[in-house]
Amino acid sequence: MNEQSNVDTGTLRLKTGLAEMLKGGVIMDVVTADQAKIAEDAGAVAVMALERVPADIRAQGGVARMASIEKIRKIMEVTSIPVMAKCRIGHFAEAQMLQALGVDYVDESEVLTPADEEHHVDKFAFQVPFVCGCRNLGEALRRIGEGAAMMRTKGEAGSGNVVEAVRHMRCVMDTIRGLTVMQPEQLMHTAKELGAPYELVRWVAANGKLPVPNFAAGGVATPADASLMMQLGAEAVFVGSGIFKSGDPEIRAKAIVEATTHYQDPDVLIRVSENLGEAMVGINISDLDEKELMQTRGW
Amino acid sequence: MIGVLGLQGDYVAHGLMLQKLDADWQIVKKPDQLQGLDGLIVPGGESTTLLKLIDSGGFWPHLAALEHQARPILGTCAGMILLAREVHKPPQKSLGMIDITVERNSYGRQAESFEAVGEYRHDGRSKPLEMVFIRAPRILRLGPEVERLATCRGDCVLARQGTVMVASFHPELTRDPTVHQLFLEACHR
Repeated sequence: MNEQSNVDTGTLRLKTGLAEMLKGGVIMDVVTADQAKIAEDAGAVAVMALERVPADIRAQGGVARMASIEKIRKIMEVTSIPVMAKCRIGHFAEAQMLQALGVDYVDESEVLTPADEEHHVDKFAFQVPFVCGCRNLGEALRRIGEGAAMMRTKGEAGSGNVVEAVRHMRCVMDTIRGLTVMQPEQLMHTAKELGAPYELVRWVAANGKLPVPNFAAGGVATPADASLMMQLGAEAVFVGSGIFKSGDPEIRAKAIVEATTHYQDPDVLIRVSENLGEAMVGINISDLDEKELMQTRGW
Repeated sequence: MIGVLGLQGDYVAHGLMLQKLDADWQIVKKPDQLQGLDGLIVPGGESTTLLKLIDSGGFWPHLAALEHQARPILGTCAGMILLAREVHKPPQKSLGMIDITVERNSYGRQAESFEAVGEYRHDGRSKPLEMVFIRAPRILRLGPEVERLATCRGDCVLARQGTVMVASFHPELTRDPTVHQLFLEACHR
């Protein structure tokens, strides 16, 4: 038997497989190699290399782009856990560079300034797996239809306010539950309403879940927030500004890791939430202008 | 009843494979849930994360007790790293239940993750086995007491010593139940 002839890379199973390994874990935004090390030591399952955390992007304005090459390289050097990096929506050249750099996952992210207002990246064209944001099931299935191997609900990045993450997760999960009790002849109409590929709608109706892992993002700032998102159906949690914009990032990072594992155990949540220091200052979503929202980027 | 360590990683995928084989299983998040189990699976995930959660959950003595009671344990990928005697790149603490030395992310990053058909050898039989390797560790050294049960691309990828079995790949992500069947046979012995 010739083993060598059968080696495959970049398959969908390998792409979603890495997401499977991240389940029940916390993916932390980092902007320096030191922060990456703190995240790894706290028990992060992966880090997201960024130029600025969403709260700073929001505060400072300007065009937010892919992180600098040096920064991504340094972060990859110091950590043994997977490294993700963000490209702008539709910016396939940034994605090509991230793939060539060897990052483990690309996040085509609304947190950065979109490069294309009509088209997302054709993610099937890549060996590197992609994660994308969604606010509802239609958006999730459009991204999966383009080749995304992991979804995350968008929430409102950099807000420190979990309300939008909850809205988006509930919307996705409720719509999935609704599909499972429909008659087969209703599915084409629903696909049309959702603006989602029919075959994927049928798959979700038959299986009662997304065909790829579904994580939560955008506004998680406390261990309780992480627990809430897990109980609502998230399979893992992204924490952006919530850790390194808090009073004591090391302790908070560890606490959110434990809270994500033991999300159904209020006693653990109490233990890790004691003496946690200051949480990041949050923003009321109603205080934001429509045009300040990140979640409405992409479609 | 088979336990699947449910601190982090693809523990549900292991559970679904056990379900397909008609085995009862439960998620283990606390040491007291290890009591009365016929066997334990330590799943894939991030080994650094799992280590921290094993530490903070107070699992160490309870896992060691499982080995002393000769309850079978299966570790896949990160699970293999945790069960190994010695870990390289970087060196890290491990349970030392099987006499092997492993190197983390030894085949490379996600770009080098691969699927392949390896060769499974057991009881004088040999057959092709579907394998999925994700940022996988490699077994660099096997102690004299360790059996080699499968190979792929020249490496031993499935090994067993007494009641402890480890795989550097993810049988739980394939449709082939061979590894889980072998584990269940040991659990019901």
